[in-house]
Amino acid sequence: MRNIWRALGSRGYLLSPWPWRAVAYLASGAVCGAVVLVVIVSGVVVGAALSVVVVGLPLLLLTALAGIPVAGVERWRLRIAGQQVAAGQHRVPAVPGLRAWLSTRLKEAATWRELAYAVLFGLVLWPLDALAVVLLAGVPLSMACAPLVVAVDGEAKVVKLWTVDSWPGAFGVAVLGLVLLAPGAYALGCAAGARAELARALLTTKAEDSERVTELVRSRVRLVDAFEAERRRIERDLHDGAQQRLVALTLTLGLARLDAPPGPLADQLAKAHADADGALAELRELIHGIHPKVLADYGLEAALTDAADRSPVPVDLDLDLPGRLPRPVETAAYFVAREALANVAKHSGAQTAGIHGRYDGGRLVLRIEDDGCGGADMSQGTGLTGLADRVSVLDGRLTLSSPPGGPTLLRMEIPCRPSRPAREPSA
Amino acid sequence: MPSEPPRTRTLRIVLAEDSVLLREGLTGLLTRFGHEVVAAVGDADALRAAVAEHEPDVVVTDVRMPPGFQDEGLHAAVQLREERPGLPVLVLSQYVQRAYAAELLDSGDGSGVGYLLKDRVGQVEEFVDALAEVASGGTVVDPEVVRQLLRRRRDPLARLTPREREVLALIAEGRSNGAIAKALVVSEAAVGKHIGSILTKLDLPPADDVHRRVLAVLAFLRS
Repeated sequence: MRNIWRALGSRGYLLSPWPWRAVAYLASGAVCGAVVLVVIVSGVVVGAALSVVVVGLPLLLLTALAGIPVAGVERWRLRIAGQQVAAGQHRVPAVPGLRAWLSTRLKEAATWRELAYAVLFGLVLWPLDALAVVLLAGVPLSMACAPLVVAVDGEAKVVKLWTVDSWPGAFGVAVLGLVLLAPGAYALGCAAGARAELARALLTTKAEDSERVTELVRSRVRLVDAFEAERRRIERDLHDGAQQRLVALTLTLGLARLDAPPGPLADQLAKAHADADGALAELRELIHGIHPKVLADYGLEAALTDAADRSPVPVDLDLDLPGRLPRPVETAAYFVAREALANVAKHSGAQTAGIHGRYDGGRLVLRIEDDGCGGADMSQGTGLTGLADRVSVLDGRLTLSSPPGGPTLLRMEIPCRPSRPAREPSA
Repeated sequence: MPSEPPRTRTLRIVLAEDSVLLREGLTGLLTRFGHEVVAAVGDADALRAAVAEHEPDVVVTDVRMPPGFQDEGLHAAVQLREERPGLPVLVLSQYVQRAYAAELLDSGDGSGVGYLLKDRVGQVEEFVDALAEVASGGTVVDPEVVRQLLRRRRDPLARLTPREREVLALIAEGRSNGAIAKALVVSEAAVGKHIGSILTKLDLPPADDVHRRVLAVLAFLRS
């Protein structure tokens, strides 16, 4: 993006639109700033006076929010000076409605910083803008116009200081004015550039960035939560719907087989029965993959034992966990282990695998290793990449060491606190 | 599956299942086999109340039930067995879970307990046999649980021969020595020998109680 500083450095500056843009930026700043001053001062004065009869309080509140439109206009004006600023860094309220919007805005640091900028703008900046325009553009131009003024009025006051009434004097002043226009234009460019930098620095700061990052992290956590909730919903729908109906169907088929006389009909029934059983078994595995109930009911240790039981490659399980961990941590750890075991079975050619889990120093550390051929790459498997994202949402880390020839070691680490004691069997 | 346990005895059953469809289906099935469903309820609290009211011969319950849709049914079953030692309970589960089976078999002395995959109700005769077995104090564990156990190789099961594992799996299904002998096409004496060898390998000292068979299954569940 070409901005005013680059333009100042280039040769054709005086003939480019940039001196005019500098004037436009500063002049519009002077006008806007004056308006801001009037609005804020009248808002505060009238609001304070009427606050005795309560009516003034909303007015004061509105005045406090005045920084928001001012900042909006200022960001737009920055474009005149060739500065690009990310617009609108305010949060979107969680729920619609004026109340939520107000409380969101009043809690944001950005709102108050913008108000501070508006006050600074109204009290200090706009007179400076005006001064720069008058001194650097107005004075040389008025001097250049001296002969015209003399022709009309008979005399001209140059800069209100000395009077010129002769033609040679008038033309001399005009020439001087035209000569002064060039350095004036450069000085205007510098003034506009500096003014724009100041506005940009005040309207976008690091603090706003970190606020944005915090909000991003929050929204990522919300997304993962929503994803988990959706998994549970699908699991429950399948369980309460399709699975129950299939069981009822096998029951009906089983009873029908009792009644059917031996023959083709009985054979067909037997086949239908076997098919329904197969469908049930597949559905059961599917549901288990979506959301294992044992994880929710008994926790990570039981769920990992179950995952180890199901692994085609023998798994050495060695866990030392303190009761239950927060649900998102358990879920992430479980799916990491399961994905790792699936990879071991599919790609590694390993004879044995091991899952080692420890809770130590406020963090859950899970290591899944195998004695296979190695060469696994986190960037290739979408499964592990997605899991690494989920672990990182919880401030955890997933690292993979898999040199060619093996062994492969996947290590997961998540900071957490035990949430409740494990349920004792036969409580 | 041969029906060793007496099928003639009429059982008074309390049934707990939240799906109306299945509740009706199961009631119809059990009635057809000559049993009496004295109460068919839809949640764990109603199950406790129905057992208190009817004092049934056997309880059949789903694991997952309202209001939490977690394992309320299983917990009600465990609690009922604590209050009424020896109350036979058959738990149906949507999928097998060693943790569930262990919790259930740990209640009481592990006799008069069944833990079956819900799918098994489709094999109506086997299901009714399993129910009779449980009602008469036997132990029935779903073959799927046993299969999971057999798949693990670092536990005491490693010491068993393939034939002994087969025998153990059939024990867990609640079959008698005679039925096992028939299934494996060997003599009953051979089955007895296998069982003795299994119990020795699992460090279960000889005793005259048939419940050692249950203990053998339990040993794996806890491993």
